[in-house]
Amino acid sequence: MLLLLLGIIFLHLAALVLLFVSTIVSSNIYYTLTHHHYRSVTDSPPPLFFFSLAEWIQAVQAVMILSIIFSCLSLFLFFCQLFTLQKGGRFFLTGTFQILASLFVMSGAIIYTVMSPEWVLGTYSFGYSYILAWVAFPLALISGLIYVILRKRE
Amino acid sequence: MLTFLALTSVALLGIVPEQSQAIVIYTGWERHALVGSDVRLSCSFFSWRWTSEDVSFSWTYRPDGSRDTISIFHYTRGVPYLDNKGPFKDRLEFVGNPGRRDGSILIKNLDLSDNGTFTCDAKNPPDIVGRPSSVRLLVFENVPIQAGVITGAIIGVVLGLLVLIVVIYYLMRFLVARRVFSLSVRSVSGLWPAALCQSGFCQGLELKPEPIPGMDTCVAKLA
Repeated sequence: MLLLLLGIIFLHLAALVLLFVSTIVSSNIYYTLTHHHYRSVTDSPPPLFFFSLAEWIQAVQAVMILSIIFSCLSLFLFFCQLFTLQKGGRFFLTGTFQILASLFVMSGAIIYTVMSPEWVLGTYSFGYSYILAWVAFPLALISGLIYVILRKRE
Repeated sequence: MLTFLALTSVALLGIVPEQSQAIVIYTGWERHALVGSDVRLSCSFFSWRWTSEDVSFSWTYRPDGSRDTISIFHYTRGVPYLDNKGPFKDRLEFVGNPGRRDGSILIKNLDLSDNGTFTCDAKNPPDIVGRPSSVRLLVFENVPIQAGVITGAIIGVVLGLLVLIVVIYYLMRFLVARRVFSLSVRSVSGLWPAALCQSGFCQGLELKPEPIPGMDTCVAKLA
């Protein structure tokens, strides 16, 4: 019983950590991309007040951050429901938030996959943060599904 | 004592200009404008000396990606000289007030080729040692979106929707519980309202009233 609980928490935390690493590492890629694009179009350094030249990069950023927020919320809700749920109840809310987080990661990775080839050189496209995002998506999805199926005992 | 202090302060004030502190020139860092609009490039300076009559301002321009600088404006001895041959021909206007140490110029009808760095150099004789200051002009066709605005907007909208859903959920629960409560009050007269209000059940959020004939299915769906 305790083993199951620990396993579930470990899975959740693993997905969360992957999301964190992927988002934090890729944050500098966004500015490198726009910086590089600016330099290739004009010949001078980008302005101090930085205007982003691509809206999709900001959308990817927003979606990744949202997935982290939802995953953290679902972890918090899991501990709440662990102590307040009636016997035999299901962790619907926790599972919903975790599944939403995985959907956000998926949409972020898909937007990046679709939009990046027309914009950048091959070197930037498949850094390890991109791979981490794709790994975090199924982990979060499985974790969310487990929460939805799981029933509270004792 | 007081006279000693007065003498030292006068001496200090006298000494400082003799060492000719550098003149400090202030312009903006960057200016953003749309194509076709006008932009005012401000330039002012700080100097320990009084503003002399020989104060001079000069503006030079270096286009983006080029290494050449050209002079576009010069003010000296009370007369401004504007560019009449270069890229800013007929587009410059002197809007500064040299008496108040302001050497600003106005550039009209901007074009994309006006992107570049403008350098202002001011001299206030005998205070002439100073570093010219530069302002970068960026001309856009349409107003660009700042980095982070879309990110913030998306996150804000989604979190706002989440909060809205939670609020609506609790509101519905509250309203439906109250509706059931008020209906039960109407059918069972007298006993319920006083008793329940005293024991603090008037909030009605977790209220599960006794099943009333005909209302069983309603309550079961709510729970």
